[in-house]
Amino acid sequence: MEKIKTKIEVPVMADLHARKKTPGYLFWVGSAGAFDDRYKHVTRAFIKILTLLGTDYAVLGTEESSSGDVARRAGNEMLFQMQALTNIEIMNGYGVKKIITCDPHAYNTFKNEYPDLGGHFEVLHHTEFLEKELTSGRLPVDKDVFRGKVITYHDPCYLGRANGVYDIPRNILRMLGVHVTEMPRNKSFALCCGAGGGQMFKEAEQGGKEVFIERTEEALETGAEMIVTACPYCMTMLTDGIKYKNRVEEVSDFDITEMVLRALIM
Amino acid sequence: MTVHQIVFILVLGLTFAIFGYTVNRLAAYFRITRPAFPVRDIGRRILVTLQVAIGQSKILRRPVIGLIHALVFWGFIIILFGSLEMIVDGVVGTEKAFHSLGKVYDVIMGSGDIFALIIAVSILIFLSRRLFFHVRRFAGREMTHKSHVDANIALSLILLLMITLLGMNTFYVAFAGQAGHHIYGVYPVSTAWFAPLLSGSLSDHSLYFWFRVNWWMHILTIFFFANYLPYSKHFHVFLSVPNVFLSRLRPIGKLPLMENILREVKMMLDPSAVADTPETEDQERFGIMDVEDVTWKNYLDSLTCTQCGRCTSVCPANITGKLLSPRKIMMDTRQRMKDKGPGMVKNGKEYSDEKSLLRDYISEEEIWACTMCNACVQECPLNINQPEIILGMRRYLVMEEAAAPGELNTIFSNIENNGAPWQFSQDDRLNWAKELYMED
Repeated sequence: MEKIKTKIEVPVMADLHARKKTPGYLFWVGSAGAFDDRYKHVTRAFIKILTLLGTDYAVLGTEESSSGDVARRAGNEMLFQMQALTNIEIMNGYGVKKIITCDPHAYNTFKNEYPDLGGHFEVLHHTEFLEKELTSGRLPVDKDVFRGKVITYHDPCYLGRANGVYDIPRNILRMLGVHVTEMPRNKSFALCCGAGGGQMFKEAEQGGKEVFIERTEEALETGAEMIVTACPYCMTMLTDGIKYKNRVEEVSDFDITEMVLRALIM
Repeated sequence: MTVHQIVFILVLGLTFAIFGYTVNRLAAYFRITRPAFPVRDIGRRILVTLQVAIGQSKILRRPVIGLIHALVFWGFIIILFGSLEMIVDGVVGTEKAFHSLGKVYDVIMGSGDIFALIIAVSILIFLSRRLFFHVRRFAGREMTHKSHVDANIALSLILLLMITLLGMNTFYVAFAGQAGHHIYGVYPVSTAWFAPLLSGSLSDHSLYFWFRVNWWMHILTIFFFANYLPYSKHFHVFLSVPNVFLSRLRPIGKLPLMENILREVKMMLDPSAVADTPETEDQERFGIMDVEDVTWKNYLDSLTCTQCGRCTSVCPANITGKLLSPRKIMMDTRQRMKDKGPGMVKNGKEYSDEKSLLRDYISEEEIWACTMCNACVQECPLNINQPEIILGMRRYLVMEEAAAPGELNTIFSNIENNGAPWQFSQDDRLNWAKELYMED
């Protein structure tokens, strides 16, 4: 007999609004979360967790647009402000109070930069959300799933240095029974993946090496078979780095959400 | 009034005169710069200063060499007390004017004596790192022969300060002991290790003579050092505490908002708002092209920079062989003001020498290599912010010259047209949610 699969309908803000409902959270998918093939898996994984938890959330869907972070850091302040003001207008229009996102760049700009332009939201990175749910016991996990695996964690700059979130991702991994094998440069000393400030979208300047290779090599030197991170751009860089080093067979990179989903007892 | 006093007062006056001239000149340069932020939250600023400047928290991120530096810094603070006493003694003609402080005096002079030796040894370590060991962070394109000489002069002056201080203490203790005078203050190192070496070899008179020689050499070195520092990379001796006190208190990941752009954007989004918009003052350039476009804080950062290279040593671009070096950004900014500042002070901000900070000092290749990861900001022991200048230059290139690298122009137009850096339609933004099953 074929198993009946449970289809997930992702709630969209405009539909809820039409029914005069305001969800507790806006889940900000982000451009990478919506369009990047690798990161779409992360978005889906997080949606599954939200669904399991019965979280009261919605996405903006086709009304979502770039947060403007990359435009701003590449020097286009005008485009950033236009994006920000438009996004704020839409979010305020729906009465959004709390935002969750998997993208540390969106997280940083919402949390620290949107207030200057009239956008005042409580912003959660998905790691902050997941840690709370795991601690409260609402996400029961099997601590043996990752037993014996060598796992390292790469700190995204905009989660770590920019916002001081170093321990939360590590706490989550510990709750999953993972012992993190740290890279020499970790936490506030972590080396950037090389994607920030618009770098991901352009050729690197002339130099001895690409930043993503330097960082991937450092991750591989820990002997890790799983490299965990919590940022779409870091994910792209690490995926490319693992390919470049011809280690696709033995080594994979994961977002922390995917780790949680794997360990979940459903 | 003795001859000593007259000479001392003249030299002190000269020292202040030269220093005043320098401060005046720097103040004129600061007046050229742009506003940064209002200095508020004094309580928080004091806390940051206690932690980062006095507590040396960031330099201690490298524990071994950091601790050696911290000892030098703490020692300087203690020894400063003795220097102030020397100035009073010199002007008034007293000897050990502060001795009436009693026990406190003993503790301060005693610690100063111990610290003088610690600092001397530390400086020898610093000098040998520069002269004999190949420390990678002291190398780099921007580290010219002149910067190395400057560093070695500054360190040698400090070494001379410590040698003369110990000399002063040693001869003082030896003289007072031999002549049966009361010794004001406690000098543990000089008393235990150095003074015994002199025992009986010199007359009271010679001992006192050498005490005075060391006294004068010490104070004259201080006066010279004070006037050398503003022209040296070692200016941080004066500026570190003020620069940390004037830190940007915003979160590390937050960039400063451009108010002049906001006016334009609001007009674009709502043309009816034009009437309410106040008339703009003089047409300000967007971003940083030259040194008159930097803020007073950027300039203060550049004067404070000690060229230690901690920023550059953690910069992902620099580590992987790119031209970018955050330290060079600060050095170039300072140098540019030195080159163009005098002309602008004389002829106004419009003065041009046919050069600019961007391109003639800092290349476009350098500024586009930055990943905005803030590792340099995290590392700087004095809370300097290097990316702010890099970002300012990007802003200038993008918004004044439309001269971003081609790929970045592509993402700008994609974001404008379809709300994502990639060329995907905004209508497809929810495609990932189709056919989504719990079990997949």
